[in-house]
Amino acid sequence: MTAAGFALRTDGVGKRYRKGWALRDCTLALPAGGVIALVGPNGAGKTTLLRLAVGLLAPSTGTVEVLGHDVTASTPHTLSRIGFLAQDHPLYKRFTVAEMLRFGRACNLRFDQGLAERRLAKLGIPLDRRTGTLSGGQQAQVALALALAKRPDLLVLDEPVASLDPLARHEFMQVLMGAVAEGDVTVLFSSHVVHELERVCDHLVVLNQGRVTLTGDIDTLLAEHRVLVGPRTSTDLDRAGTVVEAVHSDRHTTLLVRDGAIPAAPGWQTQPVALEDLVLAYLRRPSEPGAAVAAEVAS
Amino acid sequence: MFVFRLDTHSGVPPYLQLVQQVRQAVLLGFLQAGDRLPLIREVVEDLAINPNTVAKAYRQMEQENLVTGRPGQGTFVTEQRSAAMPASTYTSLHRGLVTWLRRAYAAGLDEQSVDALFASVHQQAKNEGVA
Repeated sequence: MTAAGFALRTDGVGKRYRKGWALRDCTLALPAGGVIALVGPNGAGKTTLLRLAVGLLAPSTGTVEVLGHDVTASTPHTLSRIGFLAQDHPLYKRFTVAEMLRFGRACNLRFDQGLAERRLAKLGIPLDRRTGTLSGGQQAQVALALALAKRPDLLVLDEPVASLDPLARHEFMQVLMGAVAEGDVTVLFSSHVVHELERVCDHLVVLNQGRVTLTGDIDTLLAEHRVLVGPRTSTDLDRAGTVVEAVHSDRHTTLLVRDGAIPAAPGWQTQPVALEDLVLAYLRRPSEPGAAVAAEVAS
Repeated sequence: MFVFRLDTHSGVPPYLQLVQQVRQAVLLGFLQAGDRLPLIREVVEDLAINPNTVAKAYRQMEQENLVTGRPGQGTFVTEQRSAAMPASTYTSLHRGLVTWLRRAYAAGLDEQSVDALFASVHQQAKNEGVA
């Protein structure tokens, strides 16, 4: 179904609210069939981008294409292929779980109620309980089961695990990754939990102050970036490629570079970069293109 | 059934951690020829890990001829001709490392310094093509 091609493509997308631009010049091509993480600090524009992707918002500039269709002209058929789980897992709190499932069936063209019931039974969540009386982790699981029952080709989740305790978070990701293993679903989720990204994602988008500062396949990004450590210097870095971040202490300099070779000067060592450090470096970086941060660290 | 672990702070890519665990288990005899590895989906649901990562690890292990995938049946540990280390070699390497560690601690290094020294020498050896 979506074996080849892109799950989401945006071209020059911007979104302006009354108070200003929430998102600018956003051009992305996210492959189908993977798990994509959208990372950025609060207020970076993550929710805006996700809402644009599912057609809940219309862009002020540019175009958004989901599963090969312009999402602003989306038909009920296109929408039936997209699942969206908003922040805080909204449920009707006075509905029982069974009533919530019936509601889902009534509101969707495609809805596999049996699948949802099996998932919830496996997790030991009773169908006759009101959703408001379930634990936070169980409410998240009900909301996820509802979204997966649509059998979406693209599932978009806004901060799905932010409000969950570590155990509930792990259980939620177990079910989500299990769903990816079962079928052709592309998952796009936002998060500010950086250290768990590597185990769950193939693809990364870093958003900062309304702009995309880094995007790509994680293996490729890790292969392109290097940490160089050497004697303190601010010159002779011609070979070092694009310096993403430079930290100087009294005697040595640590550089995070993209597409760079080791400087010719003696005493330089090169190391691979960990994903978490890579993401943090881009988050610290100002969003203006081409500007590198030079931080002075006393040692 | 073999159980995988995942250390998110080790800096080693997750797929490589899975490969290394199988390689090590075969080396130490915890996994033997004909043993079945868990299905990709079982690993995914157990570790809450991306299925593509597990698939990549299994592909790599097949390429290394560490395991063989049999369609419809699962993935099985391959008969190892020479990869399995003779017990005497293993004991000798182990003993050498213990001796080295005793000397390092006797010289006053703490645990972090030992790890840092080993990592640094290992990195240097790799750069020089030894490892």
